Amino acid sequence: MVFYIAGGDFSNAGKASSQIKKALKQLNVNAKSIKQIVVAVYEAEVNVAAHAWEGKVTALIGENDIQVIVSDRGPGIEDIQQAMQPGFSTASKEVREMGFGAGMGLSNIEKNTNEMNIESQVGEGTTLKFRCFYS
Amino acid sequence: MKVSDFVEKYNLKVFAGHQGLEKEIKGGYVSDLLSDVMGNAAEDEVWITLQTHQNVMAIASLKDLAAVVLVKGLEPDNDTLAHSEEEGIPLLGTGFTTFQMAGKLYIDLKL
Repeated sequence: MVFYIAGGDFSNAGKASSQIKKALKQLNVNAKSIKQIVVAVYEAEVNVAAHAWEGKVTALIGENDIQVIVSDRGPGIEDIQQAMQPGFSTASKEVREMGFGAGMGLSNIEKNTNEMNIESQVGEGTTLKFRCFYS
Repeated sequence: MKVSDFVEKYNLKVFAGHQGLEKEIKGGYVSDLLSDVMGNAAEDEVWITLQTHQNVMAIASLKDLAAVVLVKGLEPDNDTLAHSEEEGIPLLGTGFTTFQMAGKLYIDLKL
C-alpha cells in the first residue's frame, strides 16, 4: 500500500493510517497491535504534513509483521537524537495552534513500534522506517 | 452511560455523527495536543477539547473514541462535521469549559 502526502496538507493526514487500520482488521490482526501501528503511522503522516514538502508512506503488510517506510523530500533533520527527545519541536506557530507540533511524534512512534530507524539529509529529506510484530 | 444519556443530561448540542449516540462511554480524556490524545486516549472514551479542525475526527476515528465534545460554545469546521458524519462518531458541543465538562463526566462515570 502506498500513500502520498503533500507538505502542509493536514486534511489528508490520517488517510494512510485509516486504510492500514482497515487492512489489518481484515487480516484479523489483534486489536492491541492495530492500535499501536495506527498511532505510529498517524504520527509519521503528520510529520510529513508539518515539516516536509512532500512525502510517501509505503506499508508492507506481512503475516506476522508490518513494515512502514515514510520518505519525504524536505528540510531534513539536523540532529536526530534531539528530534527524538519528547518535547523538542521545530513546528511552526500555525501547526502548534492546531494542537500538533508538541514534540511527541517521534517518541510516540518509538513507543509503539518494535524497530525504528531514521535517516536524514539536511536540505534533501528524511526516511523513517519502522516495523511492528503482531503480538 | 451511553453517549445519548450524556447528551440529554447536559443538553449537549449534537453537531453530527448521530449514528454513534448509542455507544457506551468507558471514560474520558482531556487534551488539546493531538499527539497526546493519539498516544494516551483509549477506546470508547469521550474526548473533551477546544480544537475544532477535521484532524480531531481523524484521531477520534483512529482511536475508536465514543464521542468528541467541543467546549465553550466552539463550533466545528465544516470538514470536521463531514468527517464526524462519515465516521459515525458523535461530535458534541457545550457552553461549559473543559474543567466543568470533565468534572461532570468524571462524577457520572464514577471513576
